[in-house]
Amino acid sequence: MQFARVIGTLVASRKAEGLEGVKLLVVQPLDKHLQPQGEPAIAADGTAQAGPGELVFVIASREAALALPEVFVPVDLAITGIVDETDIV
Amino acid sequence: MYIGRVSGTVVATIKNELFESRKLLVVERLDLNGHATPKYDIAVDMVQAGVGDVVLVLDEGNSARQIVGREPLGAIRAVVVGIVDEVTVGNAALDLEALRVFPNRWTSNPGGEP
Repeated sequence: MQFARVIGTLVASRKAEGLEGVKLLVVQPLDKHLQPQGEPAIAADGTAQAGPGELVFVIASREAALALPEVFVPVDLAITGIVDETDIV
Repeated sequence: MYIGRVSGTVVATIKNELFESRKLLVVERLDLNGHATPKYDIAVDMVQAGVGDVVLVLDEGNSARQIVGREPLGAIRAVVVGIVDEVTVGNAALDLEALRVFPNRWTSNPGGEP
Protein backbone atom coordinates (compact mmCIF):
# COMPACT_ATOMS: atom_id res chain seq x y z
CA MET A 1 0.00 0.00 0.00
CA GLN A 2 1.07 3.57 -0.58
CA PHE A 3 0.07 6.97 0.74
CA ALA A 4 -2.27 9.18 -1.30
CA ARG A 5 -4.09 12.46 -0.84
CA VAL A 6 -7.76 12.65 -1.84
CA ILE A 7 -8.04 15.63 -4.18
CA GLY A 8 -11.49 15.20 -5.66
CA THR A 9 -14.57 13.16 -6.33
CA LEU A 10 -15.90 11.48 -9.44
CA VAL A 11 -19.45 10.66 -10.44
CA ALA A 12 -20.36 8.38 -13.34
CA SER A 13 -23.95 7.40 -14.00
CA ARG A 14 -23.12 4.77 -16.63
CA LYS A 15 -20.66 2.28 -15.21
CA ALA A 16 -19.48 -1.25 -15.85
CA GLU A 17 -21.46 -3.93 -14.09
CA GLY A 18 -20.42 -4.25 -10.46
CA LEU A 19 -19.50 -0.62 -10.04
CA GLU A 20 -22.96 0.45 -8.93
CA GLY A 21 -22.75 1.99 -5.49
CA VAL A 22 -18.96 2.12 -5.54
CA LYS A 23 -17.73 5.54 -4.41
CA LEU A 24 -14.97 6.90 -6.63
CA LEU A 25 -12.42 9.51 -5.57
CA VAL A 26 -9.56 11.28 -7.32
CA VAL A 27 -6.30 10.66 -5.45
CA GLN A 28 -2.77 12.00 -5.83
CA PRO A 29 -0.21 9.26 -5.00
CA LEU A 30 2.47 10.38 -2.52
CA ASP A 31 6.05 9.33 -1.88
CA LYS A 32 7.32 8.24 1.55
CA HIS A 33 7.85 11.90 2.51
CA LEU A 34 4.17 12.54 1.68
CA GLN A 35 5.11 14.61 -1.38
CA PRO A 36 3.17 14.16 -4.66
CA GLN A 37 4.63 11.46 -6.88
CA GLY A 38 3.29 10.57 -10.31
CA GLU A 39 -0.04 11.33 -11.87
CA PRO A 40 -3.39 11.48 -10.04
CA ALA A 41 -5.54 8.38 -10.33
CA ILE A 42 -9.11 7.29 -9.60
CA ALA A 43 -9.61 5.03 -6.61
CA ALA A 44 -12.64 3.20 -5.24
CA ASP A 45 -13.25 4.04 -1.59
CA GLY A 46 -13.03 0.85 0.47
CA THR A 47 -13.60 2.79 3.70
CA ALA A 48 -16.71 4.57 2.37
CA GLN A 49 -15.71 7.48 4.62
CA ALA A 50 -12.83 9.24 2.85
CA GLY A 51 -13.22 12.74 1.45
CA PRO A 52 -11.24 15.48 -0.28
CA GLY A 53 -8.16 16.68 1.60
CA GLU A 54 -7.68 13.48 3.57
CA LEU A 55 -4.45 11.50 3.79
CA VAL A 56 -5.22 7.88 3.01
CA PHE A 57 -3.48 4.70 2.01
CA VAL A 58 -4.37 2.81 -1.15
CA ILE A 59 -3.92 -0.73 -2.39
CA ALA A 60 -3.44 -1.48 -6.09
CA SER A 61 -3.98 -4.32 -8.59
CA ARG A 62 -6.11 -7.38 -7.79
CA GLU A 63 -6.12 -6.60 -4.08
CA ALA A 64 -8.00 -3.35 -4.75
CA ALA A 65 -11.26 -5.16 -5.44
CA LEU A 66 -10.76 -7.24 -2.29
CA ALA A 67 -10.96 -4.04 -0.25
CA LEU A 68 -14.56 -3.48 -1.34
CA PRO A 69 -17.73 -5.12 0.00
CA GLU A 70 -18.25 -6.88 -3.36
CA VAL A 71 -14.93 -8.47 -4.34
CA PHE A 72 -15.44 -9.36 -8.02
CA VAL A 73 -15.62 -5.82 -9.37
CA PRO A 74 -13.51 -4.05 -11.99
CA VAL A 75 -11.27 -1.73 -9.95
CA ASP A 76 -7.47 -1.47 -9.80
CA LEU A 77 -6.99 1.01 -6.95
CA ALA A 78 -8.84 1.24 -3.65
CA ILE A 79 -8.58 3.25 -0.45
CA THR A 80 -8.03 0.90 2.50
CA GLY A 81 -7.61 3.36 5.35
CA ILE A 82 -7.61 6.98 6.49
CA VAL A 83 -4.37 8.03 8.21
CA ASP A 84 -4.72 9.57 11.69
CA GLU A 85 -1.02 9.80 12.35
CA THR A 86 2.27 8.77 10.84
CA ASP A 87 5.88 9.34 11.83
CA ILE A 88 8.41 8.80 9.09
CA VAL A 89 12.14 9.17 9.62
CA MET B 1 10.57 -10.46 -1.55
CA TYR B 2 12.86 -7.54 -0.95
CA ILE B 3 15.01 -6.01 1.76
CA GLY B 4 13.71 -2.84 3.31
CA ARG B 5 14.22 -0.52 6.23
CA VAL B 6 11.36 0.41 8.52
CA SER B 7 11.11 4.18 8.37
CA GLY B 8 7.85 4.86 10.16
CA THR B 9 4.51 3.74 11.48
CA VAL B 10 0.96 4.49 10.39
CA VAL B 11 -2.00 4.91 12.71
CA ALA B 12 -5.50 4.73 11.26
CA THR B 13 -8.87 4.41 12.98
CA ILE B 14 -10.91 4.02 9.82
CA LYS B 15 -9.42 1.14 7.85
CA ASN B 16 -10.15 -2.19 6.24
CA GLU B 17 -11.20 -4.63 8.98
CA LEU B 18 -8.29 -6.86 8.00
CA PHE B 19 -5.88 -4.34 9.50
CA GLU B 20 -7.64 -4.15 12.86
CA SER B 21 -5.22 -4.96 15.68
CA ARG B 22 -2.35 -5.23 13.21
CA LYS B 23 0.61 -2.88 13.04
CA LEU B 24 1.24 -0.98 9.81
CA LEU B 25 4.81 0.02 8.99
CA VAL B 26 6.27 2.26 6.30
CA VAL B 27 9.12 0.28 4.75
CA GLU B 28 11.50 1.86 2.26
CA ARG B 29 13.00 -0.51 -0.24
CA LEU B 30 16.80 -0.92 -0.16
CA ASP B 31 19.07 -1.99 -2.98
CA LEU B 32 21.68 -4.65 -2.35
CA ASN B 33 24.25 -1.99 -1.47
CA GLY B 34 22.00 -0.89 1.36
CA HIS B 35 20.95 2.35 -0.32
CA ALA B 36 17.37 3.55 -0.01
CA THR B 37 15.39 3.60 -3.27
CA PRO B 38 12.35 5.83 -3.95
CA LYS B 39 10.06 2.79 -3.62
CA TYR B 40 8.21 2.06 -0.39
CA ASP B 41 5.29 0.09 0.95
CA ILE B 42 2.90 0.39 3.85
CA ALA B 43 3.21 -3.18 5.09
CA VAL B 44 1.54 -5.30 7.76
CA ASP B 45 3.99 -6.31 10.49
CA MET B 46 4.06 -10.01 11.43
CA VAL B 47 7.41 -10.09 13.27
CA GLN B 48 7.30 -7.24 15.80
CA ALA B 49 9.64 -5.08 13.75
CA GLY B 50 10.32 -1.46 14.68
CA VAL B 51 11.60 1.75 13.18
CA GLY B 52 15.21 1.37 12.02
CA ASP B 53 15.04 -2.42 11.56
CA VAL B 54 16.22 -3.93 8.29
CA VAL B 55 13.45 -6.32 7.30
CA LEU B 56 12.38 -8.85 4.71
CA VAL B 57 9.19 -7.79 2.92
CA LEU B 58 6.85 -10.05 0.99
CA ASP B 59 4.88 -8.26 -1.73
CA GLU B 60 2.48 -10.80 -3.19
CA GLY B 61 -1.19 -11.10 -2.41
CA ASN B 62 -1.80 -14.84 -2.18
CA SER B 63 1.18 -15.46 0.12
CA ALA B 64 0.20 -12.47 2.22
CA ARG B 65 -3.35 -13.79 2.67
CA GLN B 66 -1.93 -17.20 3.60
CA ILE B 67 0.26 -15.64 6.30
CA VAL B 68 -2.57 -13.71 7.94
CA GLY B 69 -4.95 -16.66 7.55
CA ARG B 70 -7.34 -14.84 5.24
CA GLU B 71 -7.50 -16.97 2.12
CA PRO B 72 -8.85 -16.59 -0.47
CA LEU B 73 -10.06 -13.02 0.07
CA GLY B 74 -8.33 -10.19 1.88
CA ALA B 75 -7.08 -6.80 0.75
CA ILE B 76 -3.49 -7.35 1.74
CA ARG B 77 -0.26 -7.55 -0.24
CA ALA B 78 2.86 -6.23 1.52
CA VAL B 79 3.83 -8.04 4.73
CA VAL B 80 6.96 -7.74 6.88
CA VAL B 81 7.93 -11.40 7.27
CA GLY B 82 11.40 -11.22 8.83
CA ILE B 83 13.99 -9.12 10.61
CA VAL B 84 17.27 -9.45 8.71
CA ASP B 85 20.35 -10.47 10.73
CA GLU B 86 22.82 -10.71 7.89
CA VAL B 87 23.00 -10.26 4.12
CA THR B 88 26.01 -11.27 2.07
CA VAL B 89 26.32 -10.49 -1.63
CA GLY B 90 29.40 -12.06 -3.20
CA ASN B 91 31.97 -11.83 -0.42
CA ALA B 92 30.73 -8.57 1.05
CA ALA B 93 28.37 -8.49 4.01
CA LEU B 94 25.98 -5.57 4.31
CA ASP B 95 26.63 -3.43 7.38
CA LEU B 96 23.17 -3.57 8.89
CA GLU B 97 24.06 -1.51 11.97
CA ALA B 98 25.08 1.40 9.75
CA LEU B 99 21.70 1.17 8.03
CA ARG B 100 19.73 1.59 11.23
CA VAL B 101 18.12 4.96 11.63
CA PHE B 102 16.19 6.03 14.65
CA PRO B 103 13.06 8.13 14.82
CA ASN B 104 13.34 11.72 15.82
CA ARG B 105 11.12 11.15 18.83
CA TRP B 106 10.74 13.24 21.94
CA THR B 107 13.63 12.93 24.35
CA SER B 108 14.29 14.44 27.74
CA ASN B 109 17.86 15.09 26.61
CA PRO B 110 17.50 16.59 23.12
CA GLY B 111 21.12 17.70 22.86
CA GLY B 112 22.32 14.17 23.44
CA GLU B 113 24.81 15.41 26.01
CA PRO B 114 25.39 13.37 29.17
